[in-house]
Amino acid sequence: MKDLLEDIDRWRAAGLRIAVARVVDIEGSGPRDPGAAMVVNEHGEVAGSVSGGCVEGAVVSEALAILAGEEASRVVSFGYSDDEAFAVGLTCGGTIRLFIEPLDW
Amino acid sequence: MALYEHLRTLLRDEQPVALVTTIAGPGVGAKLLVTPDGTVEGTLGHPELDRIAARDALAELEAGRSGVRRYGPEGQTTPEDLEGSPTVSVFVECWAPSPQMWIFGAVDFTAALAKVAKVLGYRVTVCDAREVFATRRRFPMADEVVVSWPGPLFERRGHSLGKRDAVCILTHDAKFDVPAVQGALATSVGYIGVMGSRKTHTKRLERLADVGVDRPEDLARLMSPIGLDLGARTPEETAVSICAEIIACRTGRRAPSLRDGAGPIHG
Repeated sequence: MKDLLEDIDRWRAAGLRIAVARVVDIEGSGPRDPGAAMVVNEHGEVAGSVSGGCVEGAVVSEALAILAGEEASRVVSFGYSDDEAFAVGLTCGGTIRLFIEPLDW
Repeated sequence: MALYEHLRTLLRDEQPVALVTTIAGPGVGAKLLVTPDGTVEGTLGHPELDRIAARDALAELEAGRSGVRRYGPEGQTTPEDLEGSPTVSVFVECWAPSPQMWIFGAVDFTAALAKVAKVLGYRVTVCDAREVFATRRRFPMADEVVVSWPGPLFERRGHSLGKRDAVCILTHDAKFDVPAVQGALATSVGYIGVMGSRKTHTKRLERLADVGVDRPEDLARLMSPIGLDLGARTPEETAVSICAEIIACRTGRRAPSLRDGAGPIHG
């Protein structure tokens, strides 16, 4: 999140609502370590990344649903090896879990 | 946004900080912001849970690790206490500056050690008093090359060394390594390794005693001769044996082969 402070500042100055997604856990081979983060504003603009580009699109949809109040802050999993995984997976075969929440704290 | 503002300020100032967030269980989204002086901001919903989570976050911060931990709603940690109660999963995210390695002596082993230390994520400082040897050109992999005697460097910056940091003294020259050992012992650095044969080590102990360094608890901090017993020959192999010893010292392991043990691999 450290690399995203400028984007967050800019969006906050513009009065935009922001969701933050952070990698909290990886199983097997994962491209980014816990703490890797991306932020999404209410217009769907993105900064940062949480994988090698495999799951970012799905994260944006989740983040927008959370900002719209359709979903609560929660952990989402991506990967082929997890029963609850989304249809999108990681090409490396691992599983990553992300926590997505509004940046309202 | 008070918590975020504080986090942002600390990150901007390159200060170490841990952010604990409840990601599953009661109180999703609750947060604690923990700094090394023990200051805690926010709450996870129960004072005992806050206390235990802050304690663990400080340990993770010290190690520079981020990850998920699970507790009972009142901070219970043992499996028996957790039975039948909902689990609180928290994500502990740590921002810690890179650990430091100070290497004294601008020798061949120094270049190899600096290289391996960089792979492990250290911020590497090479220090030697001899201007012709302590050059950036010889140690391009180091973050900085300081031409100085050890004493002044320790006086100026020794206070910045902590448990995660390492001092490696590779000079084999008493007039340089005695003040380096003295300087390192005056800090709370986690690892002090000193290169040289067993004979050199014995002689060095005599010289250290001459300058008043003879307290057993001080001498016990010295890893000398430096490195694990891997049979390393080249500077690169020696660098691996030194870095492996640093890891083993940090984790408190004796460093035999995993094959020959039975305990858990992590933990």
